[in-house]
Amino acid sequence: MTQRRKLTRWLIVLVFLHGVVAAAGFFAPYDPVEQDRERPYLPPMRIHLIDAYGHFHLRPFFYPLRLRKDSFDQYEEDTASAVPLRFFTRGADYRLLRLVPSRLHLFGATVAARVYLLGSDAYGRDQLSRILYGGQVSLLAGLLGAGVTLLLGALIGMAAGYYGGWRDDLLMRAAELFLALPWLYLLFALRAFLPLTVSPLEAFLLVVVVTGMVGWARPARLVRGVVLSVKELDFVRAARGFGASDLYLLRSHILPETANVLLTQAAILVPQFVLAEMTLSFLGLGVPEPMSSWGNLLASLQQYSVLVSYWWMYLPALAIVPFFLGYLGLASALQQRSSAYKIDGESGWSPT
Amino acid sequence: MRYFLRRALHAVFLLFGVSLLTFLFSALTPGNYFDEMRLNPQISQATVAALRAQYQLDRPLPVRYLHWLNAVAHGELGFSFAYNSPVGPILWVRARNTLLLTITAMLLAWLLALPLGVWSASRLGRAPDRILSGTTATLLVIPELVLALGLLILAVRTHWFPTGGLVSVGFESVSPLQKLQDLASHMVLPVTALVLGTLPMLVRHVRASVAEALQAPFLRAAVGHGIPRRKLLYGYALRAAANPLISLFGFSVGTLLSGSLLVEVVMSWPGVGPLLVEAILARDLFVVIGGVLLSMIFLVGGNLLADALLYWADPRIRTAASAK
Repeated sequence: MTQRRKLTRWLIVLVFLHGVVAAAGFFAPYDPVEQDRERPYLPPMRIHLIDAYGHFHLRPFFYPLRLRKDSFDQYEEDTASAVPLRFFTRGADYRLLRLVPSRLHLFGATVAARVYLLGSDAYGRDQLSRILYGGQVSLLAGLLGAGVTLLLGALIGMAAGYYGGWRDDLLMRAAELFLALPWLYLLFALRAFLPLTVSPLEAFLLVVVVTGMVGWARPARLVRGVVLSVKELDFVRAARGFGASDLYLLRSHILPETANVLLTQAAILVPQFVLAEMTLSFLGLGVPEPMSSWGNLLASLQQYSVLVSYWWMYLPALAIVPFFLGYLGLASALQQRSSAYKIDGESGWSPT
Repeated sequence: MRYFLRRALHAVFLLFGVSLLTFLFSALTPGNYFDEMRLNPQISQATVAALRAQYQLDRPLPVRYLHWLNAVAHGELGFSFAYNSPVGPILWVRARNTLLLTITAMLLAWLLALPLGVWSASRLGRAPDRILSGTTATLLVIPELVLALGLLILAVRTHWFPTGGLVSVGFESVSPLQKLQDLASHMVLPVTALVLGTLPMLVRHVRASVAEALQAPFLRAAVGHGIPRRKLLYGYALRAAANPLISLFGFSVGTLLSGSLLVEVVMSWPGVGPLLVEAILARDLFVVIGGVLLSMIFLVGGNLLADALLYWADPRIRTAASAK
């Protein structure tokens, strides 16, 4: 029973985290591409409850930042004018889940004084908004990439395991080839031979396809293993005896048995593919500006000046940690479950 | 002996497969290194065509592949467009830098992982084991990119370590001891990032396999005989648990050239990683293929090494191999 509870707990954590990112429009105070050239590289603002005179306020507020005297990039709080935070306020237009138009935001400030909880970037764009919207791109790339990989892996694995013979040999040799290649290199090699300058949407699809094509070998091998054992089970042989076609057997009897393996692999693959997207975008091979993704948000850190002066540009990197923790928990819970069911479980977070 | 021959043949087959695969991908490439020149009105189309012909880009794919194989046989690995020289020497310098970094990191990681893993396994389920497991789980989910960038920010804010490159300016003019010191201080950050990146995985594997070995009846008997704890853990348990660890070690050796790519790019270490990224961005075809192939050779070599070590260390494999 505790195993099931563990699984549910991690699932709830993950659903919550993904929900926040999916509803980025609501949680983000601003539009992620809206620039404010007057306020480049603002440090994160502090939210206060007690003002400069020691008075307590029930409503949280912040002091707008102004340039320190005789400085061109050092900011200080302007304690003369406190700006209260407004909750459930109306702000920039957005479409919730790209469908429902809305203007409602969790919080915001006045038009004149913008609030930057996590600072602003070189163009005065709000980091928090960019991280939330960037998560949509990165997570979607990871989920779709994992979907493509699992589909490929399941098809190839089932074909190899079910038909056997030379087809099995050929497919498994190919799988060995793909397993042997370091995946980052494979990713690069694939990406190297695809066009460099493309539109953001094309770039996104490119990332999904490239990452999706890299990882099929491991799920294919695992699925093949399951198919090999399942196809000799009595109920499958009986169905075959009754004259069931290959397609029917694969779909109705064999595919359901591979569900456990595929689910576990999904929990392992999604973070890896999110990371793949981040890596590609970080190096300028993935999703380009002005679209934000967790990878290209970090790209500015490659400039030494940013690294030295604007540490808050590193914050997007920390955003992924809770997600990865959630997926690791889910993967280990799923693995425990499937080993309880006595179905083959080659360990997941192993090298390659 | 036949066991090794089969393994080696398998490796050669793998290398051929990879080289063929990369070439096939390159044939699908829209655009090449000289495409940018074609857009430049100052360079005539005839020049571009001549350049293409000089590098044999106008020939059909099988001819190019054979030509390249011939070059590999002569130790050249093709010709770089951007550097205008054979790929071999360029790669070799970079590979040396990478290996300096990764061998150090690998040795450190294993030296730390073995005692930590054994210690954790010997106290399975108790407080120290739980703390260590929690730490490794946390480290496991922090990707190398995040780790490396974090270390870099720490370094620039504290000024403790240099933040990039191989050596300082004026390296040539100082004494050998200072040279060593300078090099070491530049290696601290990338090595730390690499060690922290691989350590959690290694510790978990060591812990799991030693814990499993400790369950074996012969080890319980050894405990009953009153054999000293240290000898028991390192002499008996670790030896019995060595099998998966040796495979893992082979994998470590195999990724010596490819595992540090991201860290090198982030820390601007002049290794194979940055070279490969630049080559991809510039479409410097043969550098990409050469880099991928070289790292593959390492990977295959690492696997072969693991097989050899397993054969040497595990009598079960020896008898199984000779029985065939």
